[in-house]
Amino acid sequence: MRPMAAEGSRRTRPNLVAVPADEDDGPPDETGSRTGSETPGDRSDRDDQSGDHRRTSPDAESGPSGEHAPDADDAEPERLSDVDEWGRSQHLRDLLAQLYDPIYDKWFRVEWEGFEKIPREGGALMVANHAGAIPADAPSIMHGIERELGRPVYGLADEMFKKVPVVNLAWSRLGGVQAHPDNAYRLLREQQHLVLVFPEGSKGPGKTYAERYRLRRFGRGGFVQIAMRAGVPIIPLAIVGSEETMPILTKVPAVARLLGLPYAPITANMLLGPLGALVPFPAKIRIRVLDPVHLDVLPDQPRYSRSRIMDTSEGIRNAIQEELYDMLRRRHSVWFG
Amino acid sequence: MGRRVLVTGLGSFWGGRVAQVLEADSSVDVIIGLGTRAPTVELERTEYVRTDESYSILSRIVRATQVDTIIHTFLVVDSSQSSSRRMHEINVIGTMNLFAAASQPESRVCNVVVKSSTLVYGSTYADPVWFTEDSRRSALPKHPVERSLLEVEGYVRDYAADNPDVSVSLLRFSNVLGEDIVTPITRALERPLVPSIFGFDPRLQFVHEDDVVRAIMYVLDQELDGTFNVAGDGLLTWSEVVAMCGKRLAPLPPVGRSLAGSLLSRIGIDLPPELVDLLTYGRGIDNRRLKRAGFDYWHTSAGAVRAFAEAARLRSTFGDRPEYHYERDVEQFFRHSPAVVRDHRT
Repeated sequence: MRPMAAEGSRRTRPNLVAVPADEDDGPPDETGSRTGSETPGDRSDRDDQSGDHRRTSPDAESGPSGEHAPDADDAEPERLSDVDEWGRSQHLRDLLAQLYDPIYDKWFRVEWEGFEKIPREGGALMVANHAGAIPADAPSIMHGIERELGRPVYGLADEMFKKVPVVNLAWSRLGGVQAHPDNAYRLLREQQHLVLVFPEGSKGPGKTYAERYRLRRFGRGGFVQIAMRAGVPIIPLAIVGSEETMPILTKVPAVARLLGLPYAPITANMLLGPLGALVPFPAKIRIRVLDPVHLDVLPDQPRYSRSRIMDTSEGIRNAIQEELYDMLRRRHSVWFG
Repeated sequence: MGRRVLVTGLGSFWGGRVAQVLEADSSVDVIIGLGTRAPTVELERTEYVRTDESYSILSRIVRATQVDTIIHTFLVVDSSQSSSRRMHEINVIGTMNLFAAASQPESRVCNVVVKSSTLVYGSTYADPVWFTEDSRRSALPKHPVERSLLEVEGYVRDYAADNPDVSVSLLRFSNVLGEDIVTPITRALERPLVPSIFGFDPRLQFVHEDDVVRAIMYVLDQELDGTFNVAGDGLLTWSEVVAMCGKRLAPLPPVGRSLAGSLLSRIGIDLPPELVDLLTYGRGIDNRRLKRAGFDYWHTSAGAVRAFAEAARLRSTFGDRPEYHYERDVEQFFRHSPAVVRDHRT
């Protein structure tokens, strides 16, 4: 075979000038980051608010303005799926919602307090406590908000998800995004989405039942820095019930090391047979939305005061912890709330 | 006085295309094409100079022709078509010699465009969804092609720093698709069963081959300085790309996938390791810097895939169109014979 230089060899006479302008593209945002009431099959009005946000320059403090794609009203290129730039598919999400609805309503009987504090538009970073060997809190929060407000929620999670076959797919199609500061900034600042993060990371679900409702360290306060840069409020959520859905009795560090997992738990559910490894207990889940924390700093700064970040992070952690105490004081039964 | 342009890799896909567009530009006086093999496109006034891969005679050419513009397209980004030794020779040594020639005191070079690749960002599980020009790699480079392109970019940066009055643009192109280009991805997509990694469906971004040449011409015209990503708008999942081409997926086991890739390469199915990475984790390229500089793409990612799919369908009926054959005597006749009326510059 003839050696090929650079990227390849040519096959035919190029016809650079003759390509008609209408043959090709459409709005640049054809990855279709969706907002609000858009139905899964509807791709017509994809060049929506979020799209405009994405096109604006990250360094423009003026927010979404000006810049417009030159041929945004050309025909949209055919897409065969509705997977957006973050890997989320509204179609699959809706499909799962149908399956999850009875679990949400009948199994966990999720109840919200202060739901009205979650904004109907604009970006916000929601932070919550995280618990249970397979945490039931993330799907409950995401499902509840998406059902009530009809706007997507993106859940930030550790990058190790992305390494696992199948899991990475399910996770990203349903709204999971790798917790990279650049991703969070783009979601919050440029696209003004709702983003959920568990600052405890895997240390939250990885704690044993004896340590339930005791919040772990909130990382290094990265979530505060992200909200500062993005200029969005932080909405703390306190969740009671997820600890009891899949309590960890003990952990097997050797197995965790072997499988490369953050923890390998022996859960109470496993005592009920092999199915118990996946099926959570029907604990009553109660989610309380705390008052949004508005950070009084300029967005888009390269760096923020470390002490300010840590103080805010610690303040939010304490607020959630206090709220958990209050909710547990009022809880009469693990199963009936 | 018009431009005097030196194009590297005239015999390669990009060199030939760029030379064709330059010929149509009346502000370009002289086009000199370096190449290890003859051009495969029909050219009217480009002067073809045969060189070895690492351009040892380059400084003489730069002195003798007084070029003011260099378009460096001759960089290997497809590691399946050459050994890593040859790739190193072409990419690293070639670029080194090119910039050595361009920085000699007699050089009148004031514009340099280098065609690099988004391979320099790598593709790992820890990547952000979008890479901007300033993003850092998430992990150290693993593959020879990535390492060699990073070294090339190092030379480009050094040259730009040493010659502040020269406009140096470094373009990083994402995976190219289109009517004519041949890459490991197009070869994979032309098979009835297209390899994928089981349990992964990465999002990829493509740029149309015409937009590649247009971007090179654009940064040259505008004398844009700096690094620019070039990629069509939008991310597509690999399964969607394959479906758009009307093909089916043949998943490889996720464990030992690089081994599977190298085994497939043995039996003639190119699956270079950097492509295996890409088919696992994907890569998103933030193309907004070049857009802010005023460039508008003709094609989105989906548009590029569709253009490729349509051309592939046509090829399945018609076969490859015949290639142009370079005949030195004929070319010399058209360029230098007094019998030829040359009025292309009016």
